[in-house]
Amino acid sequence: MTIECVNPEGLRFNQMKSSSHQTLETRMRPILMKGHERPLTFLRYNRNGDLLFSCAKDHTPTVWFADNGERLGTYRGHSGAVWCCDISRDSSRLITGSADQTAKLWDVKSGKELFTFKFGAPARSVDFSVGDHLAVITTDHFVGTSSAIHVKRIAEDPEDQVGDSVLVLQSPDGKKKINRAVWGPLNQTIVSGGEDAAIRIWDAETGKLLKQSDEEVGHKEAITSLCKAADDSHFLTGSHDKTAKLWDMRTLTLIKTYTTVVPVNAVAMSPLLNHVVLGGGQDASAVTTTDHRAGKFEAKFYDTILQEEIGGVKGHFGPINALAFSPDGKSFSSGGEDGYVRLHHFDSNYFNIKI
Amino acid sequence: MAAVVDIDVLTAQLGINWSDVNLDSIQLPPGNDFGIESDDESVYQDDQSEFDTGFGNIIVVDHLPVVPKEKFEKLEGVVKKIYNQLGVIKENGLLMPVDPDTKMTLGYCFIEFNTPQEAQNAKEKSHGYKLDKSHIFAVNMFDDFDRLMNVKEEWEPPQERPYVPGENLQKWLTDDKARDQLVIRFGHDTEVYWNDARQKKPEPVHKRSYWTESYVQWSPIGTYLVTLHKQGAAVWGGADTFTRLMRYQHSMVKLVDFSPGEKYLVTYHSQEPSNPRDASKVEIKVFDVRTGRMMRDFKGSADEFSIGGPGGVAGASWPVFRWACGKDDKYFAKLSKNTISVYETETFSLIDKKSMKVDNVVDICWSPTDSILSLFVPEQGGGNQPAKVALVQIPSKVELRQKNLFSVSDCKMYWQSSGEYLAVKVDRYTKTKKSTYSGFELFRIKERDIPIEVLELDNKNDKIIAFAWEPKGQRFAGIHGDQPNRDVSFYSIKTGTKTLERVSKLATLKAKQAKCPLLVAPQASTSFLAGLKGFNGQLEFFNVDELETMATAEHFMATDIEWDPTGRYVATSVTTVHEMENGFTIWSFNGNMVYRILKDHFFQLAWRPRPASFLTAEKEEEIAKNLRNYSKRYEAEDQDVSLLLSEQDREKRRALNEEWQKWVMQWKSLHEEEKLVRQNLRDGEVSDVEEDEYEAKEVEFEDLIDVTEEIVQELM
Repeated sequence: MTIECVNPEGLRFNQMKSSSHQTLETRMRPILMKGHERPLTFLRYNRNGDLLFSCAKDHTPTVWFADNGERLGTYRGHSGAVWCCDISRDSSRLITGSADQTAKLWDVKSGKELFTFKFGAPARSVDFSVGDHLAVITTDHFVGTSSAIHVKRIAEDPEDQVGDSVLVLQSPDGKKKINRAVWGPLNQTIVSGGEDAAIRIWDAETGKLLKQSDEEVGHKEAITSLCKAADDSHFLTGSHDKTAKLWDMRTLTLIKTYTTVVPVNAVAMSPLLNHVVLGGGQDASAVTTTDHRAGKFEAKFYDTILQEEIGGVKGHFGPINALAFSPDGKSFSSGGEDGYVRLHHFDSNYFNIKI
Repeated sequence: MAAVVDIDVLTAQLGINWSDVNLDSIQLPPGNDFGIESDDESVYQDDQSEFDTGFGNIIVVDHLPVVPKEKFEKLEGVVKKIYNQLGVIKENGLLMPVDPDTKMTLGYCFIEFNTPQEAQNAKEKSHGYKLDKSHIFAVNMFDDFDRLMNVKEEWEPPQERPYVPGENLQKWLTDDKARDQLVIRFGHDTEVYWNDARQKKPEPVHKRSYWTESYVQWSPIGTYLVTLHKQGAAVWGGADTFTRLMRYQHSMVKLVDFSPGEKYLVTYHSQEPSNPRDASKVEIKVFDVRTGRMMRDFKGSADEFSIGGPGGVAGASWPVFRWACGKDDKYFAKLSKNTISVYETETFSLIDKKSMKVDNVVDICWSPTDSILSLFVPEQGGGNQPAKVALVQIPSKVELRQKNLFSVSDCKMYWQSSGEYLAVKVDRYTKTKKSTYSGFELFRIKERDIPIEVLELDNKNDKIIAFAWEPKGQRFAGIHGDQPNRDVSFYSIKTGTKTLERVSKLATLKAKQAKCPLLVAPQASTSFLAGLKGFNGQLEFFNVDELETMATAEHFMATDIEWDPTGRYVATSVTTVHEMENGFTIWSFNGNMVYRILKDHFFQLAWRPRPASFLTAEKEEEIAKNLRNYSKRYEAEDQDVSLLLSEQDREKRRALNEEWQKWVMQWKSLHEEEKLVRQNLRDGEVSDVEEDEYEAKEVEFEDLIDVTEEIVQELM
């Protein structure tokens, strides 16, 4: 598949992909959003799909207009890399987790800091529950503390907000990071994945470990990312073992495996078509020593059902750390180690891709 | 054993009183226990050692001349002289018996050496020694005489062993789909596959972990797969799977090489010297492949094996021995300083018992079909003595042709595969001596007097970087020029008119940026293909008959490229020198990717070679002419397979879609069930929008199924 890209400088270049089942011309004009000074860590659209929130290793999460890439504002207050964020269903609240050992609640509109959850360790991931009354926050292991999953109650009125945890879950191996924890269907479970390559489902009420992924079929190396379907029925995990796997969220049954050639840092599922996207690339420390193409800093599209590669979108000159589909499935954005967010609106050809 | 009572009776008969007998004083003769087993094991060990030191160092030399008394001393002198070279004869160690009546010698003698080893050595070396025409020594160990005495007077026919048919080692050639095999090595595993291009996947043949300790190699015509181990090398083969056929003991073997006819296996081992100033020690063994017998071993310092030859590991250049062409494996040559040693395999000794002296020879090359050796001697004395390329006939060592060349910096010899032509690429200095340029000297071996032609490139300053002959053909190609604008030129040696200048240029491809190497598909008689490997894995498939590029492709970061033995497919692979995308890709001859296999820690890919075709040239031509008729059958088969494949593919897709549909239905119903609970969680907010989204997804989904089915038909 050939994807011809036109970059903002007007330079046109052709890219050949090796697995060319057929040739398909797609012209996509990505919007390059340069607002972060450090590598991107996380991207998220709000429910309406008009806003895109980005987190990076610099300390300021940023919000952009999702249609034209214009910067709307930043959220100032963190003093460390920001790892993750989530937006409430009504787009009023933003929660961010940072390496400065805090998670912060923000008013999306005003950019005002509403509350700070303090931890003794960096906060790695955050996720609002259905109804936005709860949030799950994971923390890394740090001096004296082991990695854990915290459940916080989110008050309707920021004045009533307290910092106490409703529930704290300890990972079996406290020395391994939990890279991501999200709510299961109806807030009954919490699904977590991390450096120990295992996916676990916890009871969100009692904190009991309900299920753990089978070692045979599960990931072999650290799980870097986890993204769930809009209806909370299934989720996709990406791992350093160069695969992404699709699981049933209720039973933790492995449904699909997508194999690529580079470690996977980010995954996303199209809400519109049966497509999954994997992003990654060789380790950032090795990038400078090789040809830029050796890194494979491509967002690779796979057919969800057939598990076959459809195509790829190049452009980043560092590993891809974050991927997100807009809720309407008509655009997606990628964030790289290179500090850029690339916003791609699909053209009509994309929707007629045949494999 | 006799009962005690019996003994008592016996002693009473003999009149011996047991009480008078001192048992300790009884000494049995050594080596004879009268059938009484001793319970003292040391007795046996003592006996053994005594026996060893007995006559082990004495040999018996038979078939000496029978001489009268007068000549006795002279003969004694001769014998002493011979055997003193082979070991130290003990004082008075030579005993030549004399007939007491006639005073004539009896035609044999005994010689006692200092050690059994010397005796053994002397026996081996002098057995069969020709003193003169009628006196050929027959030498035996004295110890063996017992054995020889027991030889039965009458000859008994040896028992006939029932004939056990061996496995058909060539069975892989009879594959009804005419596929080729390849071996790959990755991680700890070594696997052999059929290259099943029709099915677009490899079919496993044999798989084994820790099969070899360094690498694997096919024998030149593909019968054997050799593996290397600490203890030595082993060859594997067989009709259906790979079983070990033979082992060759050579500890810490590093490299192996076969003779072209697979009769002999050469193994190489080198030992790093303990003192860094010494040259490393090299040991080379030549084995008979089938019997596993060691035919000859060569030992020496690395220097003795280190001139010329491409590549190699620390120490000698490999292969040390160049085998003369032809499948009969009659000669092999070794190049060392100022000498070329040519051995013949009947006796594994030097031809005419001496090496050829050629001052400063740096390179030798056998003709692929005849026993003709080409050799190159570089310039000496600062250009006073010209460089020389010569053709030498073996075993007569007659120089067939030679040519002197001036101001030469380097020379490379390329034989055409049927031995008809030899192209010598000559790099010459320009007048300033600062740079070099290339030219060719073409030898027509099969013509009278071996005419030589000189070919120069259009651009006189160009250098040839890579060169390749068309297999069995009359064409060759070379990459020349400087970076980044490198050109590829194709030449034919016969297309020119019948004047002297018969080499003509066919075409030049401009600025290919090809780095190296140039690869020519084997056995490709109609189309002659080149794959050009650039530094980033660019491939170009070029048809020389049509003089056009058929396809270009890229296997990013490819490190190795190899044509299959039939020239139908080419494999490119990325080995562990790169961290990512290890694995291999199979391409068809016209540049289509067939399939791709990824394997982490990929080390090696090797096609199983095929023996030469038995078809005559006429028959081959006939087939080429009527290719259409022949190919009909295969086309039908191809179509069947592709139908089957697409059928399977469709089936698979249908199953996958169905399965996925089941999941989606389940999710949907669960989602529906949970609707109320979810609404409550959202403080009563109705999520109608959400359901709408779900519907939309459903429609898209069915659309996609239709699309997939269409495409399958297109593929057919």
